[in-house]
Amino acid sequence: MPQTITEKILAARAGRDHVVPGEFINVPIDMALANDITAPIAIDLFEESHVECVFDPERIALVPDHFVPNKDIRSAVQVQAMRNFARKYRIKHFFELGEMGIEHVLLPEQGLVLPGDVVIGADSHTCTYGALGAFSTGVGSTDIAAAMITGEAWFKVPESIKLVYHGQLGKWVTGKDLILYTIGDIGVDGATYQAMEFTGDVIKALPMAGRMTMANMAIEAGAKNGIISPDEVTLDYIEPRAKRPFKCYTSDPDAAYSEVRTYDVSIIEPQVAFPYLPENTRSISAVGTIPIDQAVIGSCTNGHIEDLRLAAGILNGRTIDKNVRLIIIPATPTIYRQAMAEGLLEVFLAARGIVSPPTCGPCLGGFMGVLGPGERAVATTNRNFVGRMGHPSSEVYLANPAVAAASAVLGRIGSPEEL
Amino acid sequence: MKIEGTVWKFGDNIDTDVIIPAPYLITTDMGELGRHCMEGVNATFAEKVRPGDIIVAGKNFGCGSSREHAPMAIKGAGISCVIAEGFARIFFRNAFNMGLPIFESSGVFKGIHAGDQVSVNQDTGKIMDHTNGKRFFANSIPPFMQELIEAGGLMSYVLKKRRG
Repeated sequence: MPQTITEKILAARAGRDHVVPGEFINVPIDMALANDITAPIAIDLFEESHVECVFDPERIALVPDHFVPNKDIRSAVQVQAMRNFARKYRIKHFFELGEMGIEHVLLPEQGLVLPGDVVIGADSHTCTYGALGAFSTGVGSTDIAAAMITGEAWFKVPESIKLVYHGQLGKWVTGKDLILYTIGDIGVDGATYQAMEFTGDVIKALPMAGRMTMANMAIEAGAKNGIISPDEVTLDYIEPRAKRPFKCYTSDPDAAYSEVRTYDVSIIEPQVAFPYLPENTRSISAVGTIPIDQAVIGSCTNGHIEDLRLAAGILNGRTIDKNVRLIIIPATPTIYRQAMAEGLLEVFLAARGIVSPPTCGPCLGGFMGVLGPGERAVATTNRNFVGRMGHPSSEVYLANPAVAAASAVLGRIGSPEEL
Repeated sequence: MKIEGTVWKFGDNIDTDVIIPAPYLITTDMGELGRHCMEGVNATFAEKVRPGDIIVAGKNFGCGSSREHAPMAIKGAGISCVIAEGFARIFFRNAFNMGLPIFESSGVFKGIHAGDQVSVNQDTGKIMDHTNGKRFFANSIPPFMQELIEAGGLMSYVLKKRRG
């Protein structure tokens, strides 16, 4: 029976020949993840259950990244609960400051998620790891508590939407633009309950960073998971990092899809998603005059070294507009040091930006760049909901790192071509 | 079992950031979360909502983050159930796992108005607007999820199974 990569992974891990979309299955998981917002609830539930130990201390990752470095006493208390739990149950993958990075960049970088894995995370952007050819999805804290006991999770097998990208990418067009364009096309609930499978020549040529950006934002179309069949690009990324065996699955050519959409990327410009939904996309040439107060380059969506290089390429030898505050956030300590070694941090500081330690901070209006009433930001983050980065009357415009950097220089949302 | 209450209306794509804005994610206390429920879209909701009230919304309710604080805030505000044209999948899953009754039914957004008296029969899925006399039926709940509800949520289900 022909199957998609999503169906194959779920069937294999469930010990079955095949699975059918719509059926409910119980599956052993390879990794369960929680952060400083979601772990405390899972920890409370776990402790209330009076179970003596976790299913496997090596298959749980606890990453305090949202309000860390602790923004206040109450966030410090939440991280303390994680730290105490990690010590008590000997959780191997607990990341303290200095080793801590934004979870969805950190886990792949550290080789903790691999092709063929089933991963659940109490964070909606857990779908990022689909870029490695894993089945990976966001769940709630209760799911993590249950999984820490049983090592399993329940799923309804999703139908898959096949998204095929072909053609020649424009100079400033990135994975971010492809996923924004796609969300603009299908809408924020266009893939609800379904798997988004990204394929085509353009995806094959896309580096891992761009692939992760695309899978990361599958949730913004309501998808259960985003996924890309592993290839040489995947293996080049995985092989130096993997510390356990893994298996690559690919979709059968005659697998069944709920829908197939094909995009000619040659006509796609850099995209900007206007407030207050990621589906409100416009091409950069159709943005008009939108002055900005802040630019944020980072997050689990665009905090990779490739993203920082792209931004530095724009900012090199330039200074940002005097009315703009530019915040750059390398996603992990490794990326931070790499950016330092390559001289990127010097470029950012010379351009009058600031460089923050790894944190989700401003993306969710937590700290490290919260917007005041009526303020506007261009951000390489993933959501532009009402109040997402601060005051309910503030506005977030989503874009790629080149557009965000160019906008910081221009003082309004604009293209690198205008510099 | 029957749920009955007064309706609060919200639109399409009500996201978890407006249900419970991120600055309040520094607590797991349901009552405290409830005091900020819907603050991003209706600043006085938490003040005015009464225990047992019902939320009726459009499509894609609960989209965005996986924060279980969103269904917790709704429960903490005293809301008895949420009826919507459709739910985002993580919110849907969380609501079942932590025990907030939710019902998916098409036509409710147009057919039910703010302030209406509405009842839901949890066994039959019948939704009745007593103010205008309109009737709706909730989509049936898959048997596996019904099992979760009957067990009293995911944690009770898992622990019961573990004890054999």
